[in-house]
Amino acid sequence: MLDLGYNAALVAVGATLLGVAAGVTGTFLFLRKRALVSDAISHATLPGVALAFMVMVALGGDGRSLPGLLLGSAMSAWAGLLAVSWLSRRTRLAEDAAIGAVLSVFFGFGIVLLTVIQSLNAGRQAGLEGFLLGSTAGMLYTDALVIVVGGALALALVLLLRRPMLIVTFDPEYAAATGRDVTRIDLAMMGLVLAVTVVGLKIVGLILIVALLIIPPAAARFWTDRADRVVLLSGALGGIAGLVGTLLSASAPNLPTGPIIVLVAFALFATGFFLSPHRGILAAALRYRHYQRQVHVRQGLLALAQGQPIYERLTLRLLRRAGHARPDGVATDQGRAAAAKSLLDERRWQLLRADPDFEAAAALYDGLRPIESVLTADQIALIDRTLTPEALV
Amino acid sequence: MSGAEFVPLSLPPLLIGTFAALACAIPGNFLVLRKQALIGDAISHVVLPGIVIGFLITGTVSTWPMMLGAAGAAILAVVLIETIRRLGRIEPGAAMGVVFTTLFAAGVLLLEQSDTSTVHLDVEHALYGNLESLIWLDAMGWESLLDTQALAGLPPELPRMAIVFLAITVLTIAFWRPLKIATFDEGFARAIGLPVTALSMGLVIAAAIAAVAAFDAVGSIIVIAMFICPPAAARLMTNRLEHQLLWSAGFAILSAVLGYVLAGYGPLWLGFNNSVSAAGMIATVSGMILAVAALIGPCRSRTGAAQEI
Repeated sequence: MLDLGYNAALVAVGATLLGVAAGVTGTFLFLRKRALVSDAISHATLPGVALAFMVMVALGGDGRSLPGLLLGSAMSAWAGLLAVSWLSRRTRLAEDAAIGAVLSVFFGFGIVLLTVIQSLNAGRQAGLEGFLLGSTAGMLYTDALVIVVGGALALALVLLLRRPMLIVTFDPEYAAATGRDVTRIDLAMMGLVLAVTVVGLKIVGLILIVALLIIPPAAARFWTDRADRVVLLSGALGGIAGLVGTLLSASAPNLPTGPIIVLVAFALFATGFFLSPHRGILAAALRYRHYQRQVHVRQGLLALAQGQPIYERLTLRLLRRAGHARPDGVATDQGRAAAAKSLLDERRWQLLRADPDFEAAAALYDGLRPIESVLTADQIALIDRTLTPEALV
Repeated sequence: MSGAEFVPLSLPPLLIGTFAALACAIPGNFLVLRKQALIGDAISHVVLPGIVIGFLITGTVSTWPMMLGAAGAAILAVVLIETIRRLGRIEPGAAMGVVFTTLFAAGVLLLEQSDTSTVHLDVEHALYGNLESLIWLDAMGWESLLDTQALAGLPPELPRMAIVFLAITVLTIAFWRPLKIATFDEGFARAIGLPVTALSMGLVIAAAIAAVAAFDAVGSIIVIAMFICPPAAARLMTNRLEHQLLWSAGFAILSAVLGYVLAGYGPLWLGFNNSVSAAGMIATVSGMILAVAALIGPCRSRTGAAQEI
């Protein structure tokens, strides 16, 4: 185990809780297809941080008290969120344009305020830039405590609100019809995103906190189709990213915590992207190959049955390997039997597809499915009655 | 203020800011209409790893390797987003979020790991650039604009930004009809045989080039703001694409000039003696313009949408 200082251990706990909370919250956002709203929220925190600093200094305080800065960032993020929803509901602008406009303008205004602070009292603003990319170095005990408590609170709220949020995520109309206030639930969802963002500012920074809200749900989605499991898995993946990321970054110099956490999360995402049994691209490639071989064998057998030569190398190889043909392309006994069977199947399908009575069954035709898997023996017998010997030629 | 002061200190940043704003706002119109507005956001994040790699390979802060790196990163990001969206069956917004945050994180990590302490290359610079520092020391006054020797000392960002702006304008005019048709009705465009996929890829690449060039001069915050705010505001002013483009160009120029002036002289008028970030102020002004357009723009509401009471 790494030799973590007390504060570093607290940061690791905080980052893990943050990862879990962000993963769980982000799932609802992701399933609601509004993942990038979090980008607007996180960038909109910057002017709040700067304004809170200025207010605290004006009141004679230190200006760097974390709770104060977080409160300010929450307020301006809320303003940004309202601006996004106002722009996309009340004007013809699409939500993506509203998101982009709010994030760039709030961020730009935040930069202006940062330069104002610089010119007002040079030197004393040190640390505000840390909110851009997060900085856990030199974090105070109370700061770490704020993050741990904040992360735990956000997580508790998500658990409390998970059912209404899930229903709204899946079917807003149904939610509205069953008497749930969709707008309020949506707003609560965004409020949670905002809470996670604000808590994560110090660790991951406002530019990268979005990653913790988007990547774990996207990664979890690869593994399961059940919403409750996506939520749990996403929380787990987020937690792992937070924990492993902080530990890694503490293990060597020049490994900034925020980016490392994001890269760990992406590694988890990439694992699912390649290896997931249902939606991973490896599985998809294997499925494709299996299907391709099935088609080749089927077409090869039909060609054998009709006495046509086979030129396609892959087809020949597959037939040979299955024992249907000799290397020179001549059918074996077993091959002839299989070929006849395929041809009969194909003929039956042709008749079936020409018969309007079997319209429903005909829709299942894909050139591979044996007809026995679609029709009963009686139905096949019925079809066979119209099967003439000439048709076989 | 006299020409002797204005021409060397304020004219180049003003022009660079204006060209950058225009070069981003023009493709931005199409991106906003195609609901791809956040591509600009994604691109401006991923140029960071690009320039860091460009720097690591050459070891110097020279423009071309870093521009190439940035352009390469932008194209890589677009390809990655498409791949993850298609093969991973993930909605475009989330795919974009996955890619740009990861690449940005990689850029920050590379920057921290490499020894860049001796050169001026840091995340803050990448984010909000340093428009104010692009001054023209050789100029003595207005007459220098005709002096070839003085003109040679112009900040290199100025001609580069001007060329990119011109190229974007020429391309937009050249591909006007196909671009317009493909933007409004992709199915129809496909049916009449327009290369829709190539057009949309070309648009994204043009946007990436504008973003990379502008980013080098003014930082990524202006890039995102200019891709979205002026076109969005223009969208609320008119229903015709031609007019929208002109409105957005006007808004872009207004934001750049007003933002620069407010950042440079605003604090002086208020009695402070330091200027504030011009890039941030330009973004802020463009946001104000959008806010005004959203409140009183003649075409601000959705036609046919249910009116909220």
